[in-house]
Amino acid sequence: MALTEQEILAGLGKIINEITGISADEVTPEKSFVDDLDIDSLSMVEIAVAAQDEFGVEIPDDQLKNLKTVKDVISFIQA
Amino acid sequence: MSKDRVRVVVTGLGATTPLGGDVASTWSALLEGRSGIRTLTEDWVDTVPVKFAGVAAVDPGEVLPRPEARRLDRAEQFALIAARQAWQDAGAPEVDGDRLGVVVGSGIGGIGTILSAYDLYREKGWNRLSPFTVPMLMPNGSAGWISIELGAKAGAHATVSACATGAESIGYGIDMIRSGRADMVVAGGTEAAIHGLNVASFAAARAMSTRNDEPERASRPFDKGRDGFVLGEGAGIVVLESEEHALARGARIYAVAAGAGYTSDAYHITGLDPDGKGGTEAMLRALKNADLAPSDVVHVNAHATSTPLGDEIEARAIKDAIGDHAIVTATKSMTGHLLGGAGGIESIFTILALHERIVPAIANLDDPADGIEIDLVRGEPRKLEGDQLAAINNSFGFGGHNVAVAFTTV
Repeated sequence: MALTEQEILAGLGKIINEITGISADEVTPEKSFVDDLDIDSLSMVEIAVAAQDEFGVEIPDDQLKNLKTVKDVISFIQA
Repeated sequence: MSKDRVRVVVTGLGATTPLGGDVASTWSALLEGRSGIRTLTEDWVDTVPVKFAGVAAVDPGEVLPRPEARRLDRAEQFALIAARQAWQDAGAPEVDGDRLGVVVGSGIGGIGTILSAYDLYREKGWNRLSPFTVPMLMPNGSAGWISIELGAKAGAHATVSACATGAESIGYGIDMIRSGRADMVVAGGTEAAIHGLNVASFAAARAMSTRNDEPERASRPFDKGRDGFVLGEGAGIVVLESEEHALARGARIYAVAAGAGYTSDAYHITGLDPDGKGGTEAMLRALKNADLAPSDVVHVNAHATSTPLGDEIEARAIKDAIGDHAIVTATKSMTGHLLGGAGGIESIFTILALHERIVPAIANLDDPADGIEIDLVRGEPRKLEGDQLAAINNSFGFGGHNVAVAFTTV
């Protein structure tokens, strides 16, 4: 029962809004977490923890640092 | 007052308490004699013998944006809210960060975070913990966050002395300014300890009231029917400033933070030394530090937690240090005991009593205990007469810490 890209994007938008206050509408696939959304490394850890709960996918630290954009995270969760 | 010493004044007040989400609402509730104590509805209440507390009147989650609130322990949330209010109240001045300090402590620290993080760690593993778990549980977290908020770089400190914490923080802040380390210091205390484990632990020490059928009547300092303290939560924070700095920027001055006195009982880890000398000497040292005489003191905000032994010992200590002329109140009768936050809010009440020249009455004082020879405010608030007035806030803590802070009118 794989989630669609849209479903994952909506879930990520909710998580990122909860953690950073950034509007879920701003969270679009091409955005870079650091350059576009101004999210620091500790917030990325918070997002990864919340994503594990939401999507049931564990994101190891050595993978997390390679996830630069929202699209990267969506692809990781879908894979 | 020696001429070469810097005079420290109070230019801002901030609080969130069981009586209100700010200083004004808390103060008016005190003058009306309202109680901030209510029956608890949490599940854990069934497992403990005490089923009421002074819950913060305004939940910090209603005040802080969600992304900010989730990175802060509840005690830090209270502290940050109170610090922001105090800073606004002081006029939110543009100041040199290197000359601005913070002294904000907590009696217990982030106990709510420790307990919930431990549950999460046991149930789901280490990698589900928030990366902010450590700064949420550390007792200096509030001081750190406030320093970031205000750009305070003269030093951020967290004194820890149980229920004397808030008063000790203000004393430390006075010293920071007098010693030349800072022009302004944001100082006070915070606590968020209404949790089953804390209630159980204080109940195990036989320190808490179990008047479950009448929560609003349970905190009754100096009354014959008192049977223990009532737990409260919240924060009280003041802005201290050198008088020179305050005058130069045209700040409104509430009172002079004239001095502080400290002793340690070196007697028992939870009980006051029955001779009360620790409290007496703390008050005398505060007066000496402030260049005041006992006869100058018109008002005392007593520590008075409503425990059978503590209140009587303090009454004797006040009589021995000050005499019987000072008007004594015990505001824990309405707020409950905020532990590390107590000295913060009660210093604010002492400052406001001087500034407004009125002292709130002690609630639930129906039948004063025998042998108390101090002037307790009963029934209605009492006016303070005269031009040059001094007052003392007492705060005593487990560990044998006794702190008295002296304030005067400007």
